[in-house]
Amino acid sequence: MSGPNTNYDPVEVAALAPEAVQGALDAALDAVAAAATLDALKAVRTAHLGDKSPLALANREIGALPPSAKAAAGKLVGQAKGAVSQAVAARQLTLEAERDARILIDESVDVTLPTGRRPLGRRHPIELMSEHIADLFVGMGWEIAEGPEVEAEWFNFDALNFDADHPARQMQDTFYVDPPSSGLVLRTHTSPVQARALLERGAPIAVACIGRVFRTDELDATHMPAFHQVEGICVDEGITMAHLKGTLDTLASHLFGAGITTRLRPSYFPFTEPSAEMDLRCFVCRGADPACRTCKGTGWIEWGGCGMVNRNVLSACGIDPDRFTGFAFGMGVDRALMFRSGVSDMRDMIEGDVRFDAQFAMEI
Amino acid sequence: MRVPVDWLREYVAVPATARGLDIAADLVRVGLEEEGLHGGEITGPLVVGRVISQVPEPQKNGRTIHWCQVDVGAHGQQLTSGGPQEIVCGAHNFDAGDWVVCILPGGVLPGNVQVSARKTYGHVSHGMICSERELGLGDDHDGILVLNRYFADRPEVLASLVPGMDAIALLGLDRETVEVNVTPDRGYCFAIRGIAREYSHATGAAFTDPALALAERAAVAAAQGLGSGYAVELADTAPIRGRVGCDRYVARIVRGVDVQAPTPPWMATRLTEAGMRPISLPVDVTNYVMLGLGQPLHAFDVARLDGPIVVRRARGGERITTLDDVERALEESDLLITDSGGERVLAIAGVMGGAETEISDTTTDVLIEAAHFDPVSIARSARRHKLPSEASRRFERGVDPELASAAAQLAVELLVEHGGGRAEPGVTDVGTPQGSEVIDLDLTLPARLVGVDYPAARVIEILRAIGCAVEGDGVSADGADLVRVTPPSWRPDLRNQPDLAEEVARIDGYDKIPAIVPTAPVGSGLTHDQRMRRLVANLLAGQGFSEVWNAPFVGDDRHAALGYDVAAARERTVRITNPLSDEAPLLRISILATLVDSLRRNVSRGFKDVALFEIGLVLDRAGELTPAPTEDVGVQPSDATLAAIRAAVPRQPRHLGFLLAGQRERAGVWGAGRAADVMDAIATALAITEALGLTARSMAADPLPFHPGRCAAIELPDGSVVGHVGELHPKVLSALGLPARTVGGELDLDLLSSASGRPATAVTLSSFPIATSDVALVIDEAVRAADVEAALRVGAGEMLESVTLFDSYRGDQVGDGKKSLAYRLAFRAPDRTLTTDEVSGLRDLAVKAAAGAVGASQR
Repeated sequence: MSGPNTNYDPVEVAALAPEAVQGALDAALDAVAAAATLDALKAVRTAHLGDKSPLALANREIGALPPSAKAAAGKLVGQAKGAVSQAVAARQLTLEAERDARILIDESVDVTLPTGRRPLGRRHPIELMSEHIADLFVGMGWEIAEGPEVEAEWFNFDALNFDADHPARQMQDTFYVDPPSSGLVLRTHTSPVQARALLERGAPIAVACIGRVFRTDELDATHMPAFHQVEGICVDEGITMAHLKGTLDTLASHLFGAGITTRLRPSYFPFTEPSAEMDLRCFVCRGADPACRTCKGTGWIEWGGCGMVNRNVLSACGIDPDRFTGFAFGMGVDRALMFRSGVSDMRDMIEGDVRFDAQFAMEI
Repeated sequence: MRVPVDWLREYVAVPATARGLDIAADLVRVGLEEEGLHGGEITGPLVVGRVISQVPEPQKNGRTIHWCQVDVGAHGQQLTSGGPQEIVCGAHNFDAGDWVVCILPGGVLPGNVQVSARKTYGHVSHGMICSERELGLGDDHDGILVLNRYFADRPEVLASLVPGMDAIALLGLDRETVEVNVTPDRGYCFAIRGIAREYSHATGAAFTDPALALAERAAVAAAQGLGSGYAVELADTAPIRGRVGCDRYVARIVRGVDVQAPTPPWMATRLTEAGMRPISLPVDVTNYVMLGLGQPLHAFDVARLDGPIVVRRARGGERITTLDDVERALEESDLLITDSGGERVLAIAGVMGGAETEISDTTTDVLIEAAHFDPVSIARSARRHKLPSEASRRFERGVDPELASAAAQLAVELLVEHGGGRAEPGVTDVGTPQGSEVIDLDLTLPARLVGVDYPAARVIEILRAIGCAVEGDGVSADGADLVRVTPPSWRPDLRNQPDLAEEVARIDGYDKIPAIVPTAPVGSGLTHDQRMRRLVANLLAGQGFSEVWNAPFVGDDRHAALGYDVAAARERTVRITNPLSDEAPLLRISILATLVDSLRRNVSRGFKDVALFEIGLVLDRAGELTPAPTEDVGVQPSDATLAAIRAAVPRQPRHLGFLLAGQRERAGVWGAGRAADVMDAIATALAITEALGLTARSMAADPLPFHPGRCAAIELPDGSVVGHVGELHPKVLSALGLPARTVGGELDLDLLSSASGRPATAVTLSSFPIATSDVALVIDEAVRAADVEAALRVGAGEMLESVTLFDSYRGDQVGDGKKSLAYRLAFRAPDRTLTTDEVSGLRDLAVKAAAGAVGASQR
C-alpha cells in the first residue's frame, strides 16, 4: 500500500467486500455456537475477534479508504464485530453456567453414609426418670431435698418411729456400719430425708427426695443391693389422706399415662399412721389373667408405701402434731422404670452396659 | 400366713360359692395382701382307674413305655368306643390290678396343663396316669401315684375305690389355701382366728370366735382346779423397759397320752396346708392350736420336770442345748423357763425349748404351757440367738393375753380326744396381764386425718366391730367429741388416736378416700447444685459419654489395684458389718473405684471404644468415727444431741467420675480414628468448668491412679483443686485388666457447685475491627504453655481479646532443650480501630512480659 487513495472503492478492496464481512461474521457466529468448552470459546474469540482475525484485518483496511467510504465500511465491520462479541459473551455465560452446574454435581456426596465419628452418649434412664419426677414436684411447688447415703440410725430409724426392738427394723435388711456402736447404717429408704427436712425447714413443708437406698439383697433379676426411691413429705394444717391420694395419683398418671388405675391398700409402716401401700393396675394383664406372672395373678403391682406421718415422727422433728398433719410416701423409681419401659431384668439397670442406656432417648 | 379355706370356714361364714381368689380379694381390702393361692387348680375329668393291663414296649431311644388299658368306669373311651381307656405311661412302678389316678382328655392339671388325646410312641394316648407331683400333692415324681400304696393305712378308703370315681374330691385336690402377707403390727392375723375376724370385717360374714366356747370350758376347769395345778413361779427381777417378761402363765396337764397315736388326718392335712409338717400327736396339737388361735404353746414331759417351773431372767454364764441340738450361751436379758428350784434351764421362753424335757416316745404325761411373753424380750432373744421360730414370730408381734386359757383348753381337749389321755383337774393360771390402755378419741380425728367425712356413729360402729369397747357417744356439751375407747386384748397395736383412725379408714374402705391435690407452699425450684448436676450430665452425654451407676462397695484389693494407700483409704471410709461380699466390705472413696467395673464389663462384652461417666456420693471421712447418739422414738433430741448425730455422719461429697477407652474419634468410612488420650480427659474437665462459667486450668500433677507424666490437676483461679484427670497408670490398668491407655478423671461436684452459680457481668461488645499479630517464642523445654500464655496476657493488656497457641516446634532452628511456640494475639479496642503501630506496640509488650516471666525470646 502506498498511502491514502482518495478514489479507492471499498468494494474493490476484497477484505471489505460486504460478502467477505458477512462471511467472516457467519464463520465467527458458527464457531461461537460450536465452542463446547470455555477453552474452545477462548480460542474462537482469538480467532474471530483477535488481531489476526478477518474482521480485524478488514477493520485495518478501512484506513486506506477514501474518507467518503470510511463511515459505511466502519459501520459494516463494527456491526459485525459487535455481533460476534455479543455471541461470545452469551456463549460464555452459557458455558460458565454449565461448568458451575457440573462442578456442583461432581461435588455431590452420598448423604446416607454413616456419621458416627463421635457417637452421642446417653443419660441413664433412672436418672432421667428421677429428673422427670423432680420436675413434676417442682411444678407443684415442692422442693427437692437430699441427704447422705451413710446415715445415722436415728435419722433412718428412731426419728421415723422405728423402736430399737421393732420387728420392722429387722425386715429392712439393713447394711450396718462397723463397729455397731457407730450408730450408722446405709440408709434403707429415703425417709431419713423426711426427718432432716422437717428439722431443717419446719412446717408447712412440701419436699421430695429422689435418691439411692440400700438393702442386703443379692443382685438378681428382681433385686438390687442399691436402688432408687422417690420420697415425699407434705406437712401443713389440714392435710389428709385424700391429699396423699391426689398427689400419688398425679405422680402415677405423670409417669404411666392418664389411664393408669391405682389403689390404696391398708398396710403398716412405723412412720405413718394410717398407712397404705399404693398398687398399680398390672401393666401386663390389666387384672384379667389369674396366671399372670407379672402380678402373680392378683391384678395389682405394689409400687410403694405411704401414709399419714406418725405423730411420733412429727414430735421427734420438732413439729407440733396437734396443729399439723402430713403425709409421706416412698415409691420405687427403678420399679417405675421397669413398668414403664418393660425392663425385665434389674441387672441391666446397674451393670452399666452402654447398650442399656442407648435404648432410651435423652428425654424420657 | 397360709390359710386353708375349710379351716377358715369353720370360724367365719364364707359363702359356699366363694373360691380362694374371691377370699383373697376380700382380705386385701382390709390390708391382708395376697401372696399366693394353692390348690384348687385341677379341673376334671380326674378319675380313679384300675389298671387292666400294662405292656412294656422298649423304644428306640432306650426308654421303655407301658401301653396300658385302664378301667375308668363310665368315662372317656368307655362312652365313645365301649372299651377301657388306652394310655401310654412312662413309669414302671405299677402293675395290672393297681389303683391309679387318670386325667382324661379335657382335664387341666396344675400349671394350666391342658390334657388331650395325643399320638405318642406309636399309640394314641387318651390321657395320663398322674404322679403326686403332677397333681400338686407333693414332690414325688419317681413314678405314678399308686392309690393302693397311698392309702395303705386307710383300708376304709381303699375299700371304697371304684373305677371312675372322682379323684379330685378323693385326694382333696379341691381344697384351697390362700396365702396372705401379715404386716408386723397385726400379730393376731398369724392365726386362722384373726384372719377369720378380718374376713368378717371385709365382707360382713358372721364370725364365730372359737376362743369363746373354749374360754367358757376353761373357766369351768379353772373353777374346779385353779390352785391345784403344776406350781409355776413368775420371777422376773429384770424387766425390760418396765415390762415383765411373762405376765401370764397357764399350765395344764394331760396324763396317759399315747404319744405314738396318729394325728387325725384332717389335722395333718390342715397343718400341711398351713405350711407345717406333721410330726407327732403332741407336737401337731400344739402347732394346730397356734395356727388356729394364735397362741404358741410348749409341751413338756411331766416325768422329766423337777419341781416348780420358774420363769426368770438368765444369769451370766448359763447355757442351754435347744431342740435343734445347738448349745447356746445365754445372756442376762434372756427370759428362761426353769425348774429344779430355778437351777435347770428348760427353755428360752417363747423362742425354743431345750432337749432335756422335750416330749419323747416314752412320754405319757404332757404339760401344756400357754403363756404371754413380752414382745420386746422375745424379739431380743430370738434375734440374739438367730432363732426366728413360729412361736417367737408371734410373741414379738403380740399375742392376745386373754387367749392363754382357751388355747390350753383346746390342746387338752385334742390330746384327750386323739391321744387317749385324761385331763388332770389341776389348772395353773398365774400372772396378771396388763389390760389394754384406754384411748380418748376425738371422733372428728378420723375425718380430719383421712379426708372422709365419717359420722360419729359410723366411727363408733366400726370401733365396736373390731372389738373395741367404746364409752360415751361423743356428744358433749363443751364441743370436745371425746369417747373412751378400750381396744380388744388381741390388738396391742392400737395405742393412740391415729391407730384408731386407721381402723376406721380400713374398715370403711380405703377406696372411699377421695383424691385431692394439695396446694404446696411456694417453692423456689431446683437448687443451683441440682441444676448444675443436670448440666454436667447432659454435657457429658452430649460429648459421647454414657451414664452408668454402681453399688458403692469395694475392698482393700481394689484400693491397692488403684495404687491408693490401703490403710489411708480405710481411714477415709467406713466398713460394712454385714457386707454382701467379704471381698467388698468398704464404701468407695472415689467413683473411679467402681466405674472401672462398668468399663471392664463393656470391654468384655465386645465394646472397645467406651466413654462412661457416673455421678454419685463417695466417702471422705476425716478423723475417727464417733458413735452417733440416738434418742427414744417420738422425742426430739436436744440441740447438742442432734449436732452430735449430724457430726457422726461422715462427709460424703458428690463426685463425677469418667473413663475413656479406645478411640475418642472412631475410625470409619470417613477415615482413621483417633485414640483417646490425656488431652481428651483434660478437655472433658475443662468443658465442664467452662460450662459452669469457671476459668479453670490444668496443672501437672501425679496422684494415683494416674500416670505421673500424664495427669493434670484441675485448678480454679483461687488455687483450689476440684479434681484430677489423666491417663491411668500402666500398673493400675494391668492390675484391673483395663485397656491400655485408658484415660479418665474424677471431679468434686460439690466444690464445682459452690464455686459456680454467681451471676455473670456482661460488658458492651465492641464493633470495631479485630487486629491480629503472630509471635513465635523460643523458650526452655520445661516451661509450661499455660505460663507463657499467662505472661502474654499480662503484657498485652486489656486490648487483648484472645491468645491462640497455633504451633509448636522443636529442632535445629531453636536448639537443644528449647522449643518454639507460635501464638496469634488478637486485639480489639472498645472505642476505635487500632492502628498497626498500636498493635505492634502491644505485641512487643506481650513479648517483653513473656521474656521477663519465662525467659522467652522472639524467634
